[in-house]
Amino acid sequence: MNNSSNHPLSLSLTALFTASLLAGCGEEPKPAPPPPPPSIEIKIGHLAPLTGGIAHLGKDNENGARLAIEEANAANIKIDGKDAKFIMLAEDDQADPKIGTTVAQKLIDAKVVGVVGHLNSGTSIPASSVYSAANIPMISGSATNPQLTEQGLKGVFRVMGRDDQQGPALASYLAANNKPKVVAVIDDATAYGEGLANEVEKFFKGANIRVLPREKGDDKRADWKAVLTKIKGRNPDVVFYGGMDATAGPLLKQAHELNMKAVFSFGDGACTANMVELAGAATEGMLCSQAGLPPAAASRKFLDAYKARFKIEPIVYSPFTYDAMQALIAAIKGANSPDPSKYLPVLQKIEFTGATGRIAFDEKGDRRDAEMSIFQVKGGKLAPIAIIKNGKTVTFDEFMAQANSAPAPADAPKGDAGKDAPAVEPAKDAPKAAAAPDAAKK
Amino acid sequence: MDIFIQQLVNGITLGAVYAVVALGYTMVYGIIQLINFAHGELVMIGAMVAFTLIGLLTSLGVPGLPAVVLATLCAMLVCALLGYAMERMAYRPLRGAPRLAPLISAIGVSIILQHLALLVWSRNPLAFPQVVKTESYALGGAAVTNIQIGILAISIFMMGGLAWLVYRTRLGTAMRATSQNPQMAALLGVDANRVIAVTFIIGAALAAVAGVMVGSYYGIAQYTMGSALGLKAFCAAVLGGIGNIPGAMLGGILLGVVEALGAGYIGDLTDNVFGSNYQDVFAFLVLIVVLVFRPSGLLGERIGDRA
Repeated sequence: MNNSSNHPLSLSLTALFTASLLAGCGEEPKPAPPPPPPSIEIKIGHLAPLTGGIAHLGKDNENGARLAIEEANAANIKIDGKDAKFIMLAEDDQADPKIGTTVAQKLIDAKVVGVVGHLNSGTSIPASSVYSAANIPMISGSATNPQLTEQGLKGVFRVMGRDDQQGPALASYLAANNKPKVVAVIDDATAYGEGLANEVEKFFKGANIRVLPREKGDDKRADWKAVLTKIKGRNPDVVFYGGMDATAGPLLKQAHELNMKAVFSFGDGACTANMVELAGAATEGMLCSQAGLPPAAASRKFLDAYKARFKIEPIVYSPFTYDAMQALIAAIKGANSPDPSKYLPVLQKIEFTGATGRIAFDEKGDRRDAEMSIFQVKGGKLAPIAIIKNGKTVTFDEFMAQANSAPAPADAPKGDAGKDAPAVEPAKDAPKAAAAPDAAKK
Repeated sequence: MDIFIQQLVNGITLGAVYAVVALGYTMVYGIIQLINFAHGELVMIGAMVAFTLIGLLTSLGVPGLPAVVLATLCAMLVCALLGYAMERMAYRPLRGAPRLAPLISAIGVSIILQHLALLVWSRNPLAFPQVVKTESYALGGAAVTNIQIGILAISIFMMGGLAWLVYRTRLGTAMRATSQNPQMAALLGVDANRVIAVTFIIGAALAAVAGVMVGSYYGIAQYTMGSALGLKAFCAAVLGGIGNIPGAMLGGILLGVVEALGAGYIGDLTDNVFGSNYQDVFAFLVLIVVLVFRPSGLLGERIGDRA
C-alpha cells in the first residue's frame, strides 16, 4: 500500500547515501555548475595503527587530522592562484616499526607533500629517516621519545611534549605540593623507566630534597614487597616509580598491603585506566604525569567540531594531530606552494593558536613550551589536576577556566574530565615497547 | 627488627609460591628425568582460565569465595587435560629418544602455550579479580595479609597431600617404583605409561592452583607470567635436590627468603654499590655455592643417577 511512496524515498535515500559517501571520500570533484577554475590537488599522508590493540587511538588520531583537512577544504584556500583541494591519504602502520617504514614509502610513492604521524615513537623514529631522505616533512601528534627530534633530521616535527620534560614537570609538582623531605625512587631498569627516574631524581636533588639510594626491579617483576619493605623503613614522603602499569600495579597494591603512607607517583607508562584496574583501591590519591593535555582541555571549538563531525568524544591525541595537520596546511598556504622545499622554512617558523594552544617549533622540531599534565586518581578515576607549561603550574580547573573564558561553555567540561582522561597504551613508546619484548614483535 | 620480620614474611610467601610450582618440576623429573619447561606455562594457563571463570561466575551473581573455588577446580581440570595431552603428544613419543629431544620438545610446548594464551587473552596485563578482600594484620610489627596466610596454608596443604600420595598410597608406590626403574616396575605389573600420565596430571593440577594463588596475590595475570616464575621454581627444585619432594619445598622457601633478604639488605651491606636489583644475582650466587658443595642439591637425590 505504501509502494508508491516507498520508491522515491528509497531512491532519495540511496542518492543521499552515495552523495555522503562521495563527500566522505573527498576525492570526487563536486559537480559544480560553474566552469571549474584551475585547481590543485595537495596530498597529505596520515599514519597510525588502524588495526591491533591501539587501533582505537589510531582512528582518533586520523579523525583529528581529517577534521583539519575538511575545514581547510571548506575554507576554499587558494594556492598559487588555484583552488586548493587537500586530500588525506590514511595508512595503517599497525604500530609496527617495519610496517611503518613500508607504508611511509608507499605514501612517498603516492606523492604526498607532507605527513602527519606516526602515533608511536617506535614507528615514528625509523620512518622519520625515510621521509627525511625524500624531503617530505613529518609532524607527529603523539610520539614522545626524545630521540625522534634528536637525530638531526630535517623536516621532523612534533606537536607533543617529550618524555624528558615529563620527569621534571612531575617532580616540580610534587616538590611544590607535597613538600617532601625524603623521596624514594624506584625504576624497572628499562631505558624508559630508568631515564624517567633519572630526570625525577635530578630535579629533587637540585631542589635539595633528600633522595634515597635508587631501588631497581625489572619489567617483569610482580613481587616488590622486599624493595618496598626496605623503603618503608626509611619513611619517605614521596615514592616515584618509573615503569609501565603491568609492574606498577602490583607495586602499588603491595605498598598498600604494607600500609605505606607515602604518596606514590608514576610516569605516563602507569598513568592509564588499566593501572586503576590492576591496583584497585590502592590507586586512590596516586599521582602521575603525561605529556600533552587531556582532550577535555583542547579548545572548545575543536571539541564541538569533532563531536559534530564524528559523533563521539575525542579519545587522546586527536587535538594534537588536528594541530599537526593545521600546521602543515598553514605552512603550505603561507609559502603559497605545496613544494616541501618551499614550505618547510615557513613551517619551521610557523606560529598559530591551535586546539592545544600556541603551536611553534624550536630548531630541533620540538614544540615550544609543550604542556605536561598531572593526573590524580580520585574516586577510582584518573582525573587531570594540573597543567605544567613553561615551568609554571596551573591547576586544571584554572586552566579550563582560562581556555573557556572567551566562548561560553555549552556544557560544563569539568565533570567529564575524569572520564576523558587518556588511557595511554603500554605499546605507545619505543623504549616501552622494548621493555616488553613481545609487545614490539606484534 | 620490624623490617627484618617483614622481610621474612615477604620471603616465606614468595618462597611458598616457588615451592608449589617447584613441586611440578620435581615430580616429573623424579619419574622420567625430564625437565618439563612448559610447567611455568601451565601455571599461567591456570591463572588465565581462573581469571575468565571468576569474571564469568561473579557476573552471574555467584558470591566471591565459591566463585574462586569453582574457578580453581575448573582451572585444575583444564590444566590436567593439558598436562595429559602434553605428555601424550610431546613427551611419550620421545621417551626412548636421547635426553635432549624431550627437553627441546618441552621448550616448544612452552612457546606454543604462551602464544596460545596471547591469542586468547591478549598481551595486556589483566587485572585478576580481587573477590576476596585483602585484609592486613599486624604480626610482631610486620604486616601480613589474609591472602598471604591463605597462600601459605594452601601451599603447606598441597605439599603435605603430595607427600602423602607419594609415600603412603599404592599409586605413590608405583610412582616411586617407576622412578627407580621403569622396566623393572613394568615387569612387576606397574603400568608405567599410566603412572607417568597421572604424574603429569597431578603436576598440572598443582600448577593451576599455583596460578590462582599468584594471580590473587599480585592482582595481575599476563601471558608472560609463567616463564620467569617457572625459571625461579626450577631453580628452587634444583636447590632443594630435583626429584625430591621435601627438597622442592625447602628449596622454594629458601630461595624466596634469600631473595627478600637480598633485596632488603644488599644495599646496606655494600654501601649501595649493589642495589636491590642484584637480588637475583644474590639468590643465584647462593644457588651456585650450594651446588658446588652439594651437586645434587640440599636434600640430594635419594635415587641413584641412572644416566
